[in-house]
Parts: sequence; C-alpha cells; structure tokens
Amino acid sequence: MTGRRRSVGILATLVLVVSACTSGASSPPSGPPSSVPSSAPSSTSSNAPSSEPSKAAEPVTITWYHIQNNDPGLSLWKDLAAEYTAAHPNVTIDIQANENEAFKTKLTALLQQGDIPDLFQTWGGGGLRQQVEAGLVKDISADIASWKDTINAGALSMYAVDGKNYGIPFDLGLVGFWYNTKSFTDAGITKPPATWAEFLTTVETLKAKGITPIALAGKDTWTGAFYWAYTAVRNCGQAGMDKAVTTGAWTDPCLVKAGEQFKQLIDLKPFQEGFLAAPWDGAGSGAAAMATFNGAMQLMGQWLPGTVNANSGGSRPIGEGLGWFPFPSVEGSPGDPYDGLGGGNGFAVGKDAPPETVDFLKYLVSLDAAKRWGALNSGILPTTVGSESSVTDPTMASVLEGRAKAKFVQLYLDQATTPELGGAINEAVAGLYAGTGTPESVTQAITAAAAGQ
Amino acid sequence: MAIAVGSRSRFSRNLRAWGGAGLFMLPALALYAVFVLFPIVQAARFSLFDWNGLKALDHFVGPANFGRAQADPVFLGAVGHNLFIVVMSLAIQIPFALGLALLLNRNFRGRAILRLIFFAPYVIAEVITAIVWSLILQPNGLADHFLTTFGLEGAYSPWLADRGTVLIALFFIITWKYFGFHMILLLAGLQNIPREVEDAAAIDGASRWQAIRYVTLPLLGPTLRVSVFLSIIGSIQLFDLVWVTTRGGPVNASNTMAVYMFDRGFVRFQFGFGSAVAVILFLLCFVLALAYQRWVMRRDLEGATTYG
Repeated sequence: MTGRRRSVGILATLVLVVSACTSGASSPPSGPPSSVPSSAPSSTSSNAPSSEPSKAAEPVTITWYHIQNNDPGLSLWKDLAAEYTAAHPNVTIDIQANENEAFKTKLTALLQQGDIPDLFQTWGGGGLRQQVEAGLVKDISADIASWKDTINAGALSMYAVDGKNYGIPFDLGLVGFWYNTKSFTDAGITKPPATWAEFLTTVETLKAKGITPIALAGKDTWTGAFYWAYTAVRNCGQAGMDKAVTTGAWTDPCLVKAGEQFKQLIDLKPFQEGFLAAPWDGAGSGAAAMATFNGAMQLMGQWLPGTVNANSGGSRPIGEGLGWFPFPSVEGSPGDPYDGLGGGNGFAVGKDAPPETVDFLKYLVSLDAAKRWGALNSGILPTTVGSESSVTDPTMASVLEGRAKAKFVQLYLDQATTPELGGAINEAVAGLYAGTGTPESVTQAITAAAAGQ
Repeated sequence: MAIAVGSRSRFSRNLRAWGGAGLFMLPALALYAVFVLFPIVQAARFSLFDWNGLKALDHFVGPANFGRAQADPVFLGAVGHNLFIVVMSLAIQIPFALGLALLLNRNFRGRAILRLIFFAPYVIAEVITAIVWSLILQPNGLADHFLTTFGLEGAYSPWLADRGTVLIALFFIITWKYFGFHMILLLAGLQNIPREVEDAAAIDGASRWQAIRYVTLPLLGPTLRVSVFLSIIGSIQLFDLVWVTTRGGPVNASNTMAVYMFDRGFVRFQFGFGSAVAVILFLLCFVLALAYQRWVMRRDLEGATTYG
C-alpha cells in the first residue's frame, strides 16, 4: 500500500518536474515576437506631453490593447500613458497588455462581438486590410496629415490601405543574416558576403570546414519563407512585388527565378540535421542551433539575439558573438540591392474611438517617446524620424543602418497578404526546401490560393 | 372508465417521473445545449459561408466549402493519415495492450508496480508528452545518444523531420501514451471473468492458448469492443500530439483532419471553410459511433439503447 502510494508520489513529482522543465519552451511564437527585453528601463526624464488645448473637458476613456506585456516595454507604455493623462485630466487610459498570441485570439473575439478597442496593436498589411474592409478601423488620414512626416514613410505605408492611413507604426525591423562571428573566424572568412555568388561560396567554405552553414527552423514555415521572399524582392523589385501583392497574380517569371535562386542554396544542403522538424524557438530550435554553433548563419529578424540568448540557457549574453549583414545583392536583378524585407508594430484606431485617441497616439510616437524606446535597446527599432541614433546596441544599430539604406521595405509576405494566402505561401515554399516542390510549383500553388479567396 | 382512469394515472405517474428527472437534468441539459448543441449548429451554419471571421457573414456559398475540402489533396492526405493511425492502432496497439493485460492478470510480485508504470504515460498531458518526445527524438537528443551508447551508431535519424518516417514516429508516441490505458481497461475486463470458467476449461484439457482463444477472449468481448471504439474515435480526432510535435509537417506529411481544420480555421482565418472541415469530422465520428454502437456493441448495450 505504502509502496504504491510512494510510486504515485514519484510519478506526480516526475510529471511536475517534466512540465516545469518544458513549460518555458512550450510556446514558440507563431510569428515574430515584437519585443525582446534586454536591459532595465533607463529612466529618461521626459518633456510634458504636447498640451494641446483640451477643449472637451468631458471625461473620456480610451481602451488600449498592446502586446508589450514584459518589461521594459510594459513600463514605458505605462509611463507614457500616465504622462498623457496627467496633461489631459479628462482622459483615462484603460491599458490592456496581452501576450502576442493571446492578443490575436482576444482581438478576433472582440472584433466579432463588435466590441472594438479604441487603440490596438496591428502589424499592418493584409490583416489590417481585412479589418478595414470589415469597417472596424477608422480612417485617420486627415487627423494625421499635419504630422505624418515625422514618421518613417516606408513604415507608415505598411499601415495604409488604398492610399488611406489606418495605423501608425512605432517599430520597423529588418530581416537579414545573423552570423556567429566565431564560425566565420574558424572558417577563415574575413568579410561577410555581399553578393549571392559570394554567399554561396561562403556556404561551401563553411561546409568544407565541417561547420553547418545555416540554421533553419523548418517547422515554423514562416522562417523558410523569408528566403523566397528576399530572393523575390531582389528579382522582382518594388514594382514586381507590389503587383503580385495587390493583384494576386503570383506568376511573373521573376518569382520563378526567385525560387530557382533559393534552390541553388538548398541544393548545397546547408541546413542543420533534422531542420524540417525544428521550431524557431525552444527545444531543438533554429535559435538553439545558432546558440550552440550548430549553424553559422540564420536569416531572421531583429529579435534573433534575444531568442538566441534565451535558448543558450543564458550562456550567450544578448548579441555577443553575433554579426549582421544584409541579404546579398543579386547581380543584374531589377531590385535595388538595399531593398529589404521586414515588418514591425503599430497601432490602429477603432472605428468608434473618441477623437482624443489620435492625439494620444501622436504622443506615443512623439520623438521623445521614440527615443526612450530606442534607448531601451529592446529590439524595438523606433520609426519616428530622428530617433534612430537613440539605439546604441551595435548589432541593432547595424540593422538600423540596413533599414536606413533601404528605399523599399517589403512587409513580411504572410502579413502583407491575407492570413489565408500567407499560410499558402509559407507552405508552398516549405515544399521547395523539403524537396517536394519546384520553383514553378511554388508560384502555381500561391496563385491558386490567391484565386481561391 | 376504468381504462381512462388507468391511463390517466399512468400518464400522471409518467409525468411525475419525467418532471422529477427533468428537474435534475435541467442544469446539465442547459449546459449541453449552450456548449455542445449550439456550437454544432453554429459550425454547420458557418460552413455554408465564405467567411474570414471578421467581416459580416453575408457571402453564402452553399456546399462549396465541402466540395473544396473533398477536392483538396492535402485534406485527402490528412484523411489517409488518420486511417493509417486507426489501422495501426487496431493492428498493433490493442493486441499489444491485450498481451500485457493477460500477462499482468497473473499473480506475481511487482504486478502493481508494473501496472502503474505502464499506466503512467496515460496520466501525462498530451502536450507534455509531445514536447518530451520531440526532445528525445531531436538530433543529439536522448534517442540519438542512447543508440550510440549501445553501439548502434548510425541507427538514429531525425525521424520526425523525415516525410517518410514521421507518421510511424508519431504512431510510436501515440502507442507509448495510450497502450497503458487500453491495458488497464482490458485488465478490468479480465478480472470480471470468473476464474472457475478458465479452471473448467483447463480441467477439460484445454491448453493455455486454447483457454485464452476460446474462453477468455469471447468473455472479454464487451471490453475489447469498447477499447476498439475508443481507439478508433481517438485516432480520428488526433490533434494535440501532432500539432505540438510537427504541426502537420514536414509539408503536410503528418497532417490529420483535426490539424488541417485548426490550421485552416484559426491560423489562416478561413472560418467558413474550417467549419466545413469540422462538420465533416463531426459527421464522420457521429455516424461511426452510431453504427458501431448499433451493430458491434449491440449485445453489450442491451437495455441501454432503444431500437426504433
């Protein structure tokens, strides 16, 4: 009897231990995480919010949903809201901070109920377009006309639908190659590759030295889709990408060429063992492979250093031993060699929001607020013109440098299009690197999905 | 007169019985209606629309979503994978559980411990099972080291990352998790079989194997049929384990109907189409459950069901 009870106890403990050990790794984000806290909030003193005459003294409550549910971002948003309400005593801000995935679920439920938040997180692109078409979001073009020049134009355009503004960005990151500087040194590579041909040579050099050239998180198919999206941006240029995204015609030969180019890389077998089952974050992940030098390079957004740190068990401080270089240029392609692929975070205004909401939003993206975001070096790369210098972390600064050179930044394809088409793109590209598809089948599958919606 | 009185009193007796039962069942019935019946009706309604979950529900497409599912090779593949799991479960998992139950039904020391150990995986949450096995099966994971330590170098391969082996690897994990459950179920059934019957068979000269084949198994029939039923339904609804380990990949190689439904509905926001897949899944399980109870478990449920 006691024996049995004891074994039950042991079993219960085992289950607890197992669940405790794994819970940290159990929720890989399905999309790029938005904030990667790295340092304590630096308490920059702030100027008082733009004290425009608060004509309506009637009490107003603004419901605000954001996803910076961890410090330092959480505190900074709270501080900014407190400063604003101090200057506008009639305004109350109801702050709802949610985790990324929880937010998506919650927002969907709220929008379906018709209970639309006044101000809420958006990633722009096709998701925002669906909300606009459902009449849930306010056209703020006229409200922001006087100050929209203070926001990075490329970033702002990701939150516009048919030429009208529906949201304001506060962050824009860029996807690029992160690399382990030690792996490059071990392989005798002195300079990151600048062209596609040089890049392929780099991969071969690393492989010859017995170093896995690239970590790829094949289970999270959005990571693999970055490669195809970037080769597409290079081969089609801004005009070609705009055409595909807006018309749904994904058949242009330049897109097939993009697939062929990615195929050149795939054929070198550059990825780590078992990459098709590797998630982006957590056990056996692409980030873990990078952290343990089982992959010299990884094509990823600006959140990589934070995730690599988290997957190293703390053995690799954020950004340490990591370098960044932009996606290589492609000889003779129509795309500008500095064109980028990226995305970020912004806020949309709900259709029934009180007029004060836009004024509050203006304060949240003011130069002062943006500089305070930059100074946190948290992975949020502020988009208010003139705030770039506030980012001091060297790896983040190199991402910002890449962003400054980019005349055009293509929003992540699974966000620029609808979730439906985005899913189809990720799946089709996965077929390419899993060996079940061809460059032609990728464009055919995407076109079929675009036609079916 | 007498007849009328008699029927009235029977009627009022019936009414009282129904009233009493109804009163006690009301809370459960209300919950059932709100959380089971209503969503089923809603899903059936949504399945007739092209709807992304956000805009107004105004684009009626009739049965087009069902036609689309039935024409999608990815969905058909998922159905095939479900069938594979059903067949494998019936062919391997249940016989294995039965064998263990027969062994553990004998008297020997440590029997209780063994039962507990075999049952333990069933107690662990499906998501945790999935994460633990992803860790074990990953390159440089426990399985890799284990095989290398025992001199089987090169025997390891990342099975979950290989389109050819991912389903078998998943079936292995499913079996690991559920054989203990079926074993306990069958063990309980075995203990209901009177020892005298088996003894009588032995006295009549039946060998051990003959006793099992002609006495034990037929008497275990009702339990076996329940076990098979639960196994089939579980295999058709398979979701958590697959979603966490492979998310249906690589490239749909381990997609199941439920994974496909979740991906299309909640990841790609095709709520209308996702609902259609949900309706197909529901009908499949429903028809199967009814047919199975009607024809296979008929004798076991005598008195518990009514036949029209």
